Amino acid sequence: MKFPVPHDIKAKTIPGTEGWERMYPYQYQFVSDDPVRNQYEKDTFWFYDGLHYPEPLYPFDTIWDEAWYLALSQFNNRIFMVPPVRGVDHRIINGYVYISPVPVKDPEEIGRRVPNFMERAGYYYKNWDALEAKWKVKMEATIRELEAVKIPRLQDMEDMSVVTDAMGESHGYHLLKNYDDLINLGIKCWQYHFEFLNLGYAAYVFFLDFVQKLFPSIPAQRVTQMISGIDVIMYQPDEELKKLARKAVELGVDQAVTFSREWSEVEVALKKLPAGVEWLKSLDLAREPWFNISCGTGWFHHDRSWNDQMNVPLSGIATYIGKIKQGVSIERPTAKVIAERDRITAEYRGLIEKEEDRKQFDELLGCAKTVFPYVENHLFYVEHWFHSVFWNKMREVAAVMKEHGVIEEIEDVWLLRRDEIKSALWDIVTAWATGVTPRGTQTWPKEIVWRKGVMQKFKEWSAPPAIGTAPEVIQEPFTIVLWGVTNKSLADWAAVQEVKDPDTITELKGFAGSPGIMEGKARVCRTVGEVGDLKQGEILVAPTTSPSWAPAFAKIGACITDVGGVMSHAAIVCREYGMPAVVGTGHATKIIKTGMMIRVDGSTGAITITR
Amino acid sequence: MGSVSEAIGRTAAERANAGPPLVCWFEDCGRESVPLVGGKCSSLGELINAGVRVPPGFALTTEGYRRFMAKAGLEGELRSALAGLDAHDHGALEKASARIRSAIEAQPFPLEMEDLIAECYRRLAVRCCVPALPVAVRSSATAEDLAGASFAGQQDTFLWIRGVDDVLSHVRRCISSLYTGRAIAYRIDRGFAEASLAMSVGVQKMANSFTAGVMFTIHPANGDRSVIVIDSNFGFGESVVSGEVTPDHFVVNKITLDIIDRTISQKQVCYTVDPVTQTSRAMEVPFERQRVQSLIDDEITELAWMGKQIEKHYGCPMDIEWAVDKDLPAGGNIFILQARPETVWSAKSQSATSGPGGSAMDYIVSGMLAGKKVN
Repeated sequence: MKFPVPHDIKAKTIPGTEGWERMYPYQYQFVSDDPVRNQYEKDTFWFYDGLHYPEPLYPFDTIWDEAWYLALSQFNNRIFMVPPVRGVDHRIINGYVYISPVPVKDPEEIGRRVPNFMERAGYYYKNWDALEAKWKVKMEATIRELEAVKIPRLQDMEDMSVVTDAMGESHGYHLLKNYDDLINLGIKCWQYHFEFLNLGYAAYVFFLDFVQKLFPSIPAQRVTQMISGIDVIMYQPDEELKKLARKAVELGVDQAVTFSREWSEVEVALKKLPAGVEWLKSLDLAREPWFNISCGTGWFHHDRSWNDQMNVPLSGIATYIGKIKQGVSIERPTAKVIAERDRITAEYRGLIEKEEDRKQFDELLGCAKTVFPYVENHLFYVEHWFHSVFWNKMREVAAVMKEHGVIEEIEDVWLLRRDEIKSALWDIVTAWATGVTPRGTQTWPKEIVWRKGVMQKFKEWSAPPAIGTAPEVIQEPFTIVLWGVTNKSLADWAAVQEVKDPDTITELKGFAGSPGIMEGKARVCRTVGEVGDLKQGEILVAPTTSPSWAPAFAKIGACITDVGGVMSHAAIVCREYGMPAVVGTGHATKIIKTGMMIRVDGSTGAITITR
Repeated sequence: MGSVSEAIGRTAAERANAGPPLVCWFEDCGRESVPLVGGKCSSLGELINAGVRVPPGFALTTEGYRRFMAKAGLEGELRSALAGLDAHDHGALEKASARIRSAIEAQPFPLEMEDLIAECYRRLAVRCCVPALPVAVRSSATAEDLAGASFAGQQDTFLWIRGVDDVLSHVRRCISSLYTGRAIAYRIDRGFAEASLAMSVGVQKMANSFTAGVMFTIHPANGDRSVIVIDSNFGFGESVVSGEVTPDHFVVNKITLDIIDRTISQKQVCYTVDPVTQTSRAMEVPFERQRVQSLIDDEITELAWMGKQIEKHYGCPMDIEWAVDKDLPAGGNIFILQARPETVWSAKSQSATSGPGGSAMDYIVSGMLAGKKVN
């Protein structure tokens, strides 16, 4: 299979974006002036990480990409010594992130790494539950620290307490230091993110691998089903909405809660009622931490949380109140899911002929079940809770920058790299201290206007799914399970990319996420904000879904996503609700339009559009 | 020499005392009945008794076969036709075969046997509420399907036979099919004694199949035991069994009964009944139906469920023939015509997918070292 040379792609600069490279760290560039690096880049296989980045990266948002560039790679290559693979290398073209696993080429070196890996990874697998408990403590402490970070406003005259406390430091210095703290906490949180994740995925990947060897035709979703139904906290935010819906009915304030889709109006109405005040107390209890759930994946500054957008959970509560009023159960059918999981597992196990294969099956299943809760739960702690708080702290920093005229709008801050922000803060505090105007007031606003134009052009650019030279074997566990990189998936994506007129496409392929067949009207929701438009029984078509989308699943008949594998949120939730899902289609939201009649086959991954 | 009513109505205990019967209902047979009614009929009996929906019918037993041959007095004829025959002389084989077969087919049944068969056929027609009931007449060899001596399909099968006289003559044709040139050569090569030869003939209500085909409760291509594979075409299953058409192909998950893969082929030919001559014949599938799925999803699920039950009953992967009857309502219209243990994959010992069944860690490490081929 042939893919374009990365440097050729990069050389075709989109007119008007010349110089875009300064928006990203220099080591992310494909280079032409360093022959050794240039050759390495040409010989390497790079694939577009559409799973995490459906859109080009804003300069500030690159922080999480750098964070996992470091964290995933170090745990693979320096801590656990995964034998055949080092880390995952990163590049950016036109704002889109390309990644590539780096193999260990020398067979002797691979051999030397084996005992280290056995010892180190073995330690984690063996002590998984105890270490995971420690992880939770570390992670919660990190979030508390983040919440405690204060972003000071700079006063014309420092407060008297600076003198009486003999503080010996100014708030200007605190601004610089606390910004650093903020960034460092973010990087630290991502260190923890990968402490267990590589090993978690490895256990899952090789359980999948083993079962597929025994049963070549087994759908991956059946394998994930065998480890499903374990209580994971990802469901908790949705459970809180159900609790609040029940409470509203109980207290008789359900009409006040549902009379408007605007939270501000509902809140005013509730405050006037004694029972409403009581309900609001329950709401406040639920909000921390459960409403720190991002309305997107949490990876981007524009992914706001429920706490930021109360209309979203309100719509979910209203949906559940409606169901309760109709006498429809809103309980998650956990017992049924567990019974079905156990039946499936037992039946597959019963078909294994050899005793030693059955033993291996038990071992690997046990291991996968041990790691599964972490693989799910880390998302809530890192991408949702930590990130939601983090983005808002960054908005406080941006407010200071706006106050000093370095940026015009708070949301402009995301167009700067985090080191550029640090420089701008130095500019601000030195100018503040000295009593002069920051130089940045004349440079940054212009640069930001230009960068906004560049981002717009990047969004219109279509990133090729893969570039460089394809390898014969992939050994990195994430690459296999998360991105599902196979020749087939790449060819499928490429085929759709090559179609000139998307209006003629009648068939789309994705991963079979949850079994069943459903025909119905499509509803394309690009963000969770559009979920309110969904009508009962429609088929949701979304870029991806996250736990904050949970209430949508109470309404829809099936779900289709652009990105994600059989372990993605949409696939897991649909399996729980017993409705079809096709995930990782690549381009469904671009091809399917709201109102189209479509057929979703969640057992084969096929989508048919009736034109 | 028993009377008609004796042969049909006797209790099991009486039968045991009176020696083997000449004819026998399928439901009175079971797995252990192979010496009496051959592999095919005994397995139909086994299925009926397991609660599987099988079209009813009866068998001329091996005892009936022996009685017929003995009364026919063909021993001299047989001996002289087969004497000194060379298993590799095709011309001589065919000549001997033609001589023996016409001799057998020309020989009437003894009267009491004719009455027995005719009475069974009449009762079957009454049971099915169809006058001149169309039946399939199939040989059911005792040596058939036995490991290492599989001459399955070497004997003839006759479809859509109606009326006593036609039934009788086709039962004889089935018996004579023991003496095809190929069967004779096979026995000479293996040194089977002609004297020990025996066969049974099944007479079974013909499913008026809208769609029919085969089903494996194991993936025939990769030995995957977690799937059921179904091939189907319109009309009788013969077009699928013989490989005359590329059938529709379905892969069903055995555990959840989801259809996980389907291929709808262009089916140009199917076997069906000519309404004028009342015989089974090949006909072209109308063009507009050629690419239509020949088995609907609900039927696929029900069939797969039946396959799963049959596998459970036998305790091993099965090779099954089935049909969907067009005269009966959904929910009661799918019939199993034949079921036998699958032989290809079952003969191979599945290679262990791992070492001695080590720890999860060992598997993960060896898996990582092997990597995953991109293709």
